[in-house]
Amino acid sequence: MGEPLLKVRSLKIGATVYPPDAKPHKIEIVHGVDFELEKGKVLGLIGESGAGKSTIGLSALGYGRGGVELTGGEVWVNGRDILQGGIADLRKLRGAEVTYVAQSAAASFNPAKKIMDQVVEASVTQGKFSKSEAEAKARLLFAKLGLPDPNNIGSRYPHQVSGGQLQRCMTALALCPEPDLVVFDEPTTALDVTTQIDVLAAIKEAIRDTGVAALYITHDLAVVAQVSDHIMVLKMGEMVEYGPVDQIINNPKEEYTQALVSVRSINHEEKTPVEPILTVKNINARYRGTKFDVLHDVSVDISPGQTLAVVGESGSGKSTLARVITGLLPPSAGSIDFAGRTLTPDQPSRSREDLRELQMIYQMADVAMNPRQTVGTIIGRPLEFYFGMKGAEKRKRIAELLEEIEMGDGFIDRYPAELSGGQKQRVCIARALAAKPKLIICDEVTSALDPLVADGILKLLLDLQKREDVAYLFITHDLATVRAIADSIAVMYQGRVVRYGTKSEVLSPPFDDYTDLLLSSVPEMKLGWLENVIATRKMESAGN
Amino acid sequence: MHPILKLVSQRLALGLLLLIAASALIFIGTQILPGDVAQSILGQSATPEAIANLRKDLGLNEPALSRYFSWLGNALQGDLGTALTNGQDIATSMGKRLGNTLFLAFWAAVISVPLAIFLGLLAVRYKDRWPDKLISGVTLASISIPEFLIGYVLMYFVGVKLGWAPSVAMINDSMTLGAKLHAIALPVTVLTLVVLAHMMRMTRAAILNVMQSAYIETAELKGLSSFQVIARHAFPNAIAPIVNVVMLNLAYLVVGVVVVEVVFVYPGMGQYLVDHVAKRDVPVVQACGLVFAAVYILLNMVADIVSILANPRLRHPK
Repeated sequence: MGEPLLKVRSLKIGATVYPPDAKPHKIEIVHGVDFELEKGKVLGLIGESGAGKSTIGLSALGYGRGGVELTGGEVWVNGRDILQGGIADLRKLRGAEVTYVAQSAAASFNPAKKIMDQVVEASVTQGKFSKSEAEAKARLLFAKLGLPDPNNIGSRYPHQVSGGQLQRCMTALALCPEPDLVVFDEPTTALDVTTQIDVLAAIKEAIRDTGVAALYITHDLAVVAQVSDHIMVLKMGEMVEYGPVDQIINNPKEEYTQALVSVRSINHEEKTPVEPILTVKNINARYRGTKFDVLHDVSVDISPGQTLAVVGESGSGKSTLARVITGLLPPSAGSIDFAGRTLTPDQPSRSREDLRELQMIYQMADVAMNPRQTVGTIIGRPLEFYFGMKGAEKRKRIAELLEEIEMGDGFIDRYPAELSGGQKQRVCIARALAAKPKLIICDEVTSALDPLVADGILKLLLDLQKREDVAYLFITHDLATVRAIADSIAVMYQGRVVRYGTKSEVLSPPFDDYTDLLLSSVPEMKLGWLENVIATRKMESAGN
Repeated sequence: MHPILKLVSQRLALGLLLLIAASALIFIGTQILPGDVAQSILGQSATPEAIANLRKDLGLNEPALSRYFSWLGNALQGDLGTALTNGQDIATSMGKRLGNTLFLAFWAAVISVPLAIFLGLLAVRYKDRWPDKLISGVTLASISIPEFLIGYVLMYFVGVKLGWAPSVAMINDSMTLGAKLHAIALPVTVLTLVVLAHMMRMTRAAILNVMQSAYIETAELKGLSSFQVIARHAFPNAIAPIVNVVMLNLAYLVVGVVVVEVVFVYPGMGQYLVDHVAKRDVPVVQACGLVFAAVYILLNMVADIVSILANPRLRHPK
């Protein structure tokens, strides 16, 4: 065994932070990490946000994003310490020996240039290949990655191909210069599960066929288990555990890794449906100025104190349904009954009582709160608006609500910027709860959160449901979340409800084609899962 | 129809509509000016009969609406009427003046636009370091000093003391291009200094805005040099705002050169307009207004169309 391709020794990384109430100062975000990577192997870097995994991944290119600086340690690539050379040496390394696949290909492709020009740019500028050689290579990669029309797709602009296709193009961009190492930074996180599985399989095959080594960064252990040889678990800039993928998944030693592996262990007994509190009947809806419906004949019920999970991929109409129920988008046909009365179609004409009993929590807690208001003001607003509370009475109720979301009244005078992502979402839950609603619409409320934090939020929501007897309409694309929280499920596809019933009905066979595709696409924390699914699908399509 | 053709033809139609609206405003504006044209031509001592006769000759007794349409109709055919003061055909005498103004504006633009964009790129490349601060400081100073002052200062030092360029920018048809350029060297310099800052700062801001994008990081991670990243990846996405400010400044070079032309006694549109405003020569003022409006609208329309063409989503729909 020779010298490893990548050798990282006591790597320290610092960043400049700009806290709202203090002077900018430097902090250390990675505190001395060591690892090595052999030629042709894949190392998975896993951890929650803030663990430093992207930062460590980018250090293999000698790059610090924003105010991030590589402050100490060594990064050896192909036998030389890249932190010792100057920027000119780093430029020779980037795009030639080490390349990068970003999370959002849609944002990482230049919208003003053709895909092919961007894919071959690094090879040509670095003088690795001539333009025609690189283009021929790119076309082969397009074909290998399963892109349609591989000979011509390069002449399109990024907005002319889909998100999943663009992510494959990004992989082609990274592989085209024939690098020794590719850093994949959450390459499938922004994709729908049904798209993710194909991209994942394409990436895995490309890694295997080209014999390139890879750092695969993700927060999803089930995904990394499919592509890696080794896994390094990171937490707050430090290594927690390192080992072969089999050991990390099946026999984790550290407590933190065990928590990551066993996440989504919530056990929720489904309740039987009763007289519904919300009845959505035959809703059709379209956006203004368009000529086609985005919702077709949608009908669902929600029982009081129970949860209906609406699941589907992006563009399936889940959030549009929420907009129709809240009256933000009046339907073109159909009606909505709520708590024994029929709701008016548009929000401005609804009574204050209708508004109070129907609350909403959003995906991005960050932007759903006014950054210049304190937590107390944010939660106090519905108390004033709906119940006319003032002064000490209001403050007492705010403290109670903060207690309910397990935060305590110490937060009452804090600003949103001082809170973590999970805490922000908790404040949003308290704000919805303050109105004493009968139904809360939760629109992807855990999608932006790390798995462990998301788990806490789901547990809290279930707890609150028991205590307050509130019903949830829970919109999500994540089937694990659905299993954890739902009493009944509606599967949406292209604006239609394709499957609807209690959780046990919807999740047991026989499945319709779409639900089958959706369920089988969710990565499982098992080695070889990806190959099995792909093989099964190939057999099925051969059988047809 | 290709969406781009549709958008461009919409812009063209809008531009035409705007020009007609501007012509109406110009006409109304000159009509509501106090005083009587016939009176001012003939002077205080004129007899009422003479004034009435002149009014009839000038067609001033016709209703305003019909006078507007006959004026607009003639203008569209290239007939801008005759000047009241000297009886000359406006289109002919203005044509030469306009040619001179465009000549001056053209050379000012040829120097200032590439220079501004280059300085903008340079300022981005060395952001917050001394080249950026120097460029910003100098251009900001040059836009802050009134153009007539820059003009006189240049005239004194470069024209009089050093004798490198003539202080009075007189040109005529018999001069060679080189001689003409030598003659207008000082006004071109002044105009360049005046328009540089605006364009350079907008270029800098637009590109810095684009530099935040994720695809800039992609470009950096390809091992491109800073200038390659800026020129190949940032600039193409910053064209729309840059073109808009460039066109505004080009319009200024044609429409706003009055002061500079007067300072250097340059025989352009500005001088012509100022002379005839002083003499209350309404048809000339109207004609100048119309030409200025047309230039302004045309350049802004070009900016709009270039912005549309620069957007790949519009050029290549799904």
